[in-house]
Amino acid sequence: MRTAFAALGVAFTLSLATSVSAASLTVGFSQIGSESGWRAAETTVTKQEAEKRGVTLKFADAQQKQENQIKAIRGFIAQGVDAILIAPVVATGWDAVLKEAKEEKIPVILLDREIESPKDLYLTAVTSDQVHEGKVAGEWLAKDVGSKDCKVVELQGTTGSSPAINRKKGFEEGIKAASNIKIVRSQTGDFTRTKGKEVMESFIKAEGGGKDICAVYAHNDDMAVGAIQAIKEAGLKPGTDIKIVSIDAVPDIFQAMAKGEANATVELTPNMAGPAFDALDAYLKDKKEPKKWIQTESKLYTQKDDPMKVYESKKGLGY
Amino acid sequence: MIHSRNLPFVTTLAIFIIAYALCALQFPAMFSTRVIGNLLVDNAFLGIAAVGMTFVILSGGIDLSIGSVIAFTSVFVAVTVGSFGLHPLTAFALVLVISTAFSSAMGAMIRYLQIPPFVVTLAGMFLARGAAYLISTESVPISHPFIDTIQGFYFRFPGGGRLTAMSMLMIAVFVIGGIIASRTKFGANVYALGGNPQSAELMGVPVGRTTIGIYATSGFLSGLAGIVYTFYTSSGYSLATVGVELDAIAAVVIGGTLLTGGTGLIAGTFVGILIQGLIQTYIVFDGTLSSWWTKIVIGVLLFVFIVLQRGIIWYSNRRIDIARLKGA
Repeated sequence: MRTAFAALGVAFTLSLATSVSAASLTVGFSQIGSESGWRAAETTVTKQEAEKRGVTLKFADAQQKQENQIKAIRGFIAQGVDAILIAPVVATGWDAVLKEAKEEKIPVILLDREIESPKDLYLTAVTSDQVHEGKVAGEWLAKDVGSKDCKVVELQGTTGSSPAINRKKGFEEGIKAASNIKIVRSQTGDFTRTKGKEVMESFIKAEGGGKDICAVYAHNDDMAVGAIQAIKEAGLKPGTDIKIVSIDAVPDIFQAMAKGEANATVELTPNMAGPAFDALDAYLKDKKEPKKWIQTESKLYTQKDDPMKVYESKKGLGY
Repeated sequence: MIHSRNLPFVTTLAIFIIAYALCALQFPAMFSTRVIGNLLVDNAFLGIAAVGMTFVILSGGIDLSIGSVIAFTSVFVAVTVGSFGLHPLTAFALVLVISTAFSSAMGAMIRYLQIPPFVVTLAGMFLARGAAYLISTESVPISHPFIDTIQGFYFRFPGGGRLTAMSMLMIAVFVIGGIIASRTKFGANVYALGGNPQSAELMGVPVGRTTIGIYATSGFLSGLAGIVYTFYTSSGYSLATVGVELDAIAAVVIGGTLLTGGTGLIAGTFVGILIQGLIQTYIVFDGTLSSWWTKIVIGVLLFVFIVLQRGIIWYSNRRIDIARLKGA
């Protein structure tokens, strides 16, 4: 009996000792769910990044429900984790539970989306800049076509959704300086492959069989893949007759780029956790407060970037 | 000797205590006032709704509308307080009247049009969800000094656990619900109705009034659960609490109430809620399991309990038969 108590005591001291050392952090991650390929990839990459740094990650999938996320965060606080990552499902309703975390001095980092709470309730938010993504795509096209006249057709995301609004705005900023580039048609393809294909077919019909179209700008890769099919069926060559530029950098678009059927994509990185862990490390070690917003890199990929290799590295992430 | 009717409840309680002990052995931090406080506050809205569901199931009915009514309530409160500047208490009173009236109407349809409760409350579920969408499709934040005060109110246990106002409200609802079920005429009528509607009617149970009363109770408690949910997230969202009615039914059945009605305890539902919360807490503590395991474990528990209940009914019927044979 006494030895059992002694063993318990030792285990207890050991567990205390490990929780103090900075090298082995325990971090809770409350994920929205796995509704899209990108979301699944974000989960995979977060787990990889944690493992790389020797961080013990406690993962909780909320199945798209805020109450599950709040429960998970409370559970993390009860466990006494060193930090909490949240990809919030909605923007509102986080104040109460974040206050509890703050009272326990557990830093909270938001991933991918921001929330409507006082800024002192979280350490920082790691998100992409959607306007910037569109701008990168626009600037690439302006550089690529040079001084030639270019008629662009645009496949928008879901009407009224913030990525659709912001990616449109950014692209227009990117081509503002080039007066030779004009967006002649713009319609929603709902972020889906089938709708992208349908809308592209109607664009081709409307623009004299597609001969006049110089480029397609799609707000996501899925619609671009649909458009590529429509262009092929119209007897034109995607990638050469009509240039294709889109956003997200999912594995399928790299296959298309390797075949020369797509030209460029701007990455919405699934690695939000990497910058988050870096900020956390700096905060815990040197008490360095990060900026309230950490912007992830919107990296441009073209056919020159060995698309097959990128495809191989991305396909296992769960997209 | 435990009465065979109470056996499901005792089994549930034993399962909960053993499961909690096992969890605490693996994660000592799970045996803390904080986790207990979390179990109460995180399940407050579900618990309150489940008390209403217990009455409905005890009477042999079912109410599929509660998840939608909760969502409707939260959106209604958020919009009336946020956009129209109503005092939260006025909004609460209004919404409780609406939800109670809504469910009373469903009860009346079930009784007087002889439509199965499943169908009526399914229609109610779509209706309430649709009404919530009609008010707002976005998640509406709510902030009012009154709400902040209530949210900031809690007793602190040693060890950091909290007993919040919402947790206390849930416990109060369970206590009052338990008293109504076991000590009042209405409660006795509910059991009689669930046991056998024909003989209940012959015995002089006011079936119409009782049925409407049961669904009104469920509607009132769904409205109350919606208010608690509004406090819980400080916002109203029409997409929220989808499928909560199923969690509530699961809690009632795991708590030992017979799905066919007539037998069960309000206290059992409380333990049923705690078991569901415990599974979720364990999964968060473990941190590697898929959260879908919650559903799988609940599914297995439901199976076990339905089989157990069948076994008890079979056993007691056999005893009655044997007694009859001996008597003859």
